[in-house]
Amino acid sequence: MALQLRRKTHESIVYIDKDSAPRIMPFGEDFIINDLPVGTRVIYPNPPIKGLPNREAAIRYAVNHPIEMEPLYALLEPGMRVTIAMDDISLPLPPMQTPDLRQTMLEVVLDMCGANGVDDVHLIIANSLHRKMTAWEMKRMVGTDIYNEYYPDRYYNHDAEDDDNLVTLGVTRHNEPLRVNKRAIESDLLIYLNINLVPMDGGHKSVAVGLCDYESLRAHHDPQTIRDSDSYMDPPKSVLNHKVIRLGKLVDDACKVFHIETAINNKMFPEGYDILTRNEDEFSFADRMKWEVMNKTFSKMPRAARRKMLHAIPAQYELIACYAGKTEPVHEKILEKNYQQYEIPVKGQCDILISGIPDISPYNVYSALNPLLVQVMALGYHFNMYRNKPLLRKGGVMIITHPCFDEFDHNFHPAYIEFFHRLLPESRDAFYLREKYEREFATNPAYIEMYRRGNAYHGAHPFFMWYWGENGRQHIGHVIVAGAENAHVPEMLGWERADNLTEAIAMARSYMGRNAEITMLHQPIIGLCNVTD
Amino acid sequence: MNKNGQAAAFYDLEGTLVSTNLVHTLAFYAKRQQGLWQTAKKSVGTLAKLPFFGVADLYSRNVFNEVFFKSYSGLSQDRLRYFSDELFEEVLKPAIFPGTFDLISSGKKIGQRQVVLTGALDFTIAKLMDHLGIDDYVANRLEFVNGYATGRVLPPVMASATKAQWIREYAERENINLSGSYAYSDSISDLPMLSIVGHPVAICPDFRLRQTALQHDWAILDLK
Repeated sequence: MALQLRRKTHESIVYIDKDSAPRIMPFGEDFIINDLPVGTRVIYPNPPIKGLPNREAAIRYAVNHPIEMEPLYALLEPGMRVTIAMDDISLPLPPMQTPDLRQTMLEVVLDMCGANGVDDVHLIIANSLHRKMTAWEMKRMVGTDIYNEYYPDRYYNHDAEDDDNLVTLGVTRHNEPLRVNKRAIESDLLIYLNINLVPMDGGHKSVAVGLCDYESLRAHHDPQTIRDSDSYMDPPKSVLNHKVIRLGKLVDDACKVFHIETAINNKMFPEGYDILTRNEDEFSFADRMKWEVMNKTFSKMPRAARRKMLHAIPAQYELIACYAGKTEPVHEKILEKNYQQYEIPVKGQCDILISGIPDISPYNVYSALNPLLVQVMALGYHFNMYRNKPLLRKGGVMIITHPCFDEFDHNFHPAYIEFFHRLLPESRDAFYLREKYEREFATNPAYIEMYRRGNAYHGAHPFFMWYWGENGRQHIGHVIVAGAENAHVPEMLGWERADNLTEAIAMARSYMGRNAEITMLHQPIIGLCNVTD
Repeated sequence: MNKNGQAAAFYDLEGTLVSTNLVHTLAFYAKRQQGLWQTAKKSVGTLAKLPFFGVADLYSRNVFNEVFFKSYSGLSQDRLRYFSDELFEEVLKPAIFPGTFDLISSGKKIGQRQVVLTGALDFTIAKLMDHLGIDDYVANRLEFVNGYATGRVLPPVMASATKAQWIREYAERENINLSGSYAYSDSISDLPMLSIVGHPVAICPDFRLRQTALQHDWAILDLK
């Protein structure tokens, strides 16, 4: 029996045996350790692919040998107008150690622009309806030299509410409108610098979503599109992706886009913290000591201090591929590399899926993971990290571990507060909420000004977060939060609560039977489960 | 209260849409008295009263108004009105926050009626209201006898609860839906006005209003 349980179908999949070590799970800003039932399948991230030894050379090679386009230097002419757009702080996660990959790409590209007599260059952060990045974050992202030279006049955030600086490109054959950043689209050349962390990123999404306005976004950020995407992490089966490709064609018709895409490995933590992504059965004595020290330190710290500490640990991602040129073929190449890093072949669905929720999400960099974001991480990102079929069987139970504190960041997430406390008690129906309230929030003058002048997410953003969990909500039978510190947050999200993981598993088994198959995603994980029968 | 009527945006003015306060206006007029002696006397007097105004405002906005407007006593109506254009150009216009126009235009875009309620004097802000594109406004009015200010303010004195009362009556009269309406202010003294609308917003708030806004999860804006 033991041998059978210990069977290894893949290096990232481990089965729990009687003598298996307990597993470390994220619990918001904290980490907890739990024994899992014998037979539980634990899915770890794949080991990181070795990074390229000289990333600057790799980027330089890519822009000099682009796909289906002329080399960048051949596209640059003296006196031309160039805009360089780039991903915002939501990528990668957590923010990577400096120099950020975007800084290296910019250094290569700006150097080339300068050498070819191109002086009219603007750097735009493609934040779409995300919060605008702060000056400090912008400086960290591109380095002091570029920041000092370009900020604030030629290095700034995209503003999706600045009517004077948006231009309408038209509608797709499916009547999806597109209005985008005027400076970017009216440039002689638009260069996009992308970091692909998950398969949903990159490609046409970079410009058509990153630089658009609310009305354009609402055409595809809707509950039906999400329901029809199976999953949105699997581009060929994602309706969201199909819509974005259609919009991308409008962009390609309107301007010349030179896309530079990069793939990174999944080396999320620096030495010392890397135990959080490793198989606990293989811990050495030193690893166990590291965990004890980490656990003791974290347990003595208040939540805010833990959060600050976690957010101060930069990710150690390394570049594993860089391609440049035409958007679609470049994106295909990068996706191949993404799959090579992330894809984990998994045989068979499970009845109970356990997933710890870490304090890492695209939307809470340097702030709290509020209840809506816990929801989007559980039902959105963690549920959707699959190809072929969901890891969890239809009607199954998802167990998450998170304190579910009722805490919101007033500067970053003001609209989320109203959405959570005013709208969710009325309805959790995504279609109803979209119909009745989305536009009200999107046009709320206070939220618009907080987005434009401050660092707040757009008023419509909490709706998109709710829709993001839509296919998870439709698919999952029950969600149980283990360790939720209050009853009202899980209840408002339509979830059940349990004091701890053991109780949550017992509750889940009462729904799914004693022989229910249990799988745990060993969070934090950037991995894509390719699920087959 | 009408739940189907038009929504409105009710703004406090000073500290909310412009960076000036009542003392800036008083100081402007103090510097424009008849003759050098009068100008010096009024300016020094205004300066000397500043701490007193500060304490009075901390204690109560109503007490502050009572004390503050006494400083206008004896000033001629003609002179006050004559210099109001200059006041707008030199003091008020440069003090408009950069985000003020965008905020008002966002409100207009969704069909909100734009209304300002201010403790400032009516003749001092008329031009500013035009410039901002405000639909309606209500301000304090000085009492004049024989063309000279008595230092008294004609009731109702626009401050604290009076603003809330005025909004209620206005909403009744103009068929305004208060649940769908917004109120903007920078000061805790406007808590009554903020409390009666569906969407209260603190703009560059003082410490007490910031705490209140945080506790009640109100939006906090910075138009600077």
